[in-house]
Amino acid sequence: MNALPLVLTVFVACAVEAVEALTIVLAAGLTREWRSTFQGMAAALAVLAVIVAALGPTVTLLPLTALRLVVGALLAIFGLQWLRKAVLRASGHKSLHDEASAYLREVTAAEAATEESRGRVHDWYAFTLAFKGVLLEGLEVVFIVITFGASQRDVGAAAIGAAAAVVVVAVTGVAVRAPLARVPENALKFAVGVMLTSFGMFWGAEGAGVSWPGGDAALLVLVPVVALVALGYTVLLRRPAGPAPVAAPESQEVPSS
Amino acid sequence: MRRLRSIGAFWYDFVVGDDWRVAVVVVAVLALTALLVHAAGVNAWWLVPPCVLAALGWSLRRAVGRG
Repeated sequence: MNALPLVLTVFVACAVEAVEALTIVLAAGLTREWRSTFQGMAAALAVLAVIVAALGPTVTLLPLTALRLVVGALLAIFGLQWLRKAVLRASGHKSLHDEASAYLREVTAAEAATEESRGRVHDWYAFTLAFKGVLLEGLEVVFIVITFGASQRDVGAAAIGAAAAVVVVAVTGVAVRAPLARVPENALKFAVGVMLTSFGMFWGAEGAGVSWPGGDAALLVLVPVVALVALGYTVLLRRPAGPAPVAAPESQEVPSS
Repeated sequence: MRRLRSIGAFWYDFVVGDDWRVAVVVVAVLALTALLVHAAGVNAWWLVPPCVLAALGWSLRRAVGRG
């Protein structure tokens, strides 16, 4: 398979996660202090690097068929989670993800928190906020990079896609010094859900022993079919115009796909 | 023990999410596909997509029904 679809899918998925992490980092840095925020970010990136270094080489040692079966099942389950939320958002049954209001929530909480220093960290709240935000959003990036990369035996290409997304979002965030609320996040999440589900089904079935008609070209049919069915569900479930459901505060414990 | 439980809960939420039934359907369909391919010699490429997409529809219907 050409590396381009792999790189593009990982790029878009990681860009969405990076936008969410940026919102949290900006809230911590601009409201509290940058030094502790950067310390939190650095600690989270170090943990993520250890996870990639430990899991990446191990996963690629597994036989390709078994790997694709497991990875395909995980990706399909993970992708269906994204797609389910995306359809519920697009059809009006779940509030749309909005970086501006997410940023305001984080800023309000950050302003209310007391200042406490621990060891070399001057502001523990800013440290933990940045650490948790980057770690939780980064875990999804790591998951996507390892599963996509290992299944294609090209972790390098997947890592390039992820790194490019993080750099683009970080540079844009530094330039505008505000959450990237104009990024069409909900549409991107819909697209990522379609791609993760399609690749998950494709690799999962291959791992189960199936030979797809047309080989890799079957993805050119599978992806549009998944997209069309998901859009069909959105139309079928669409609520009549009215007030959108009230946005519930999103948990910090589990990343919001 | 509590820490182990919370780590398990985190990974469950991370991968499986709001509807465990979807995960069960995906695993069951892949198992059935493997059985058809290896035991019956049927190249069952047509089984996974409709079952997975039907599971999505079922899950959405349940979610909307709750809301």
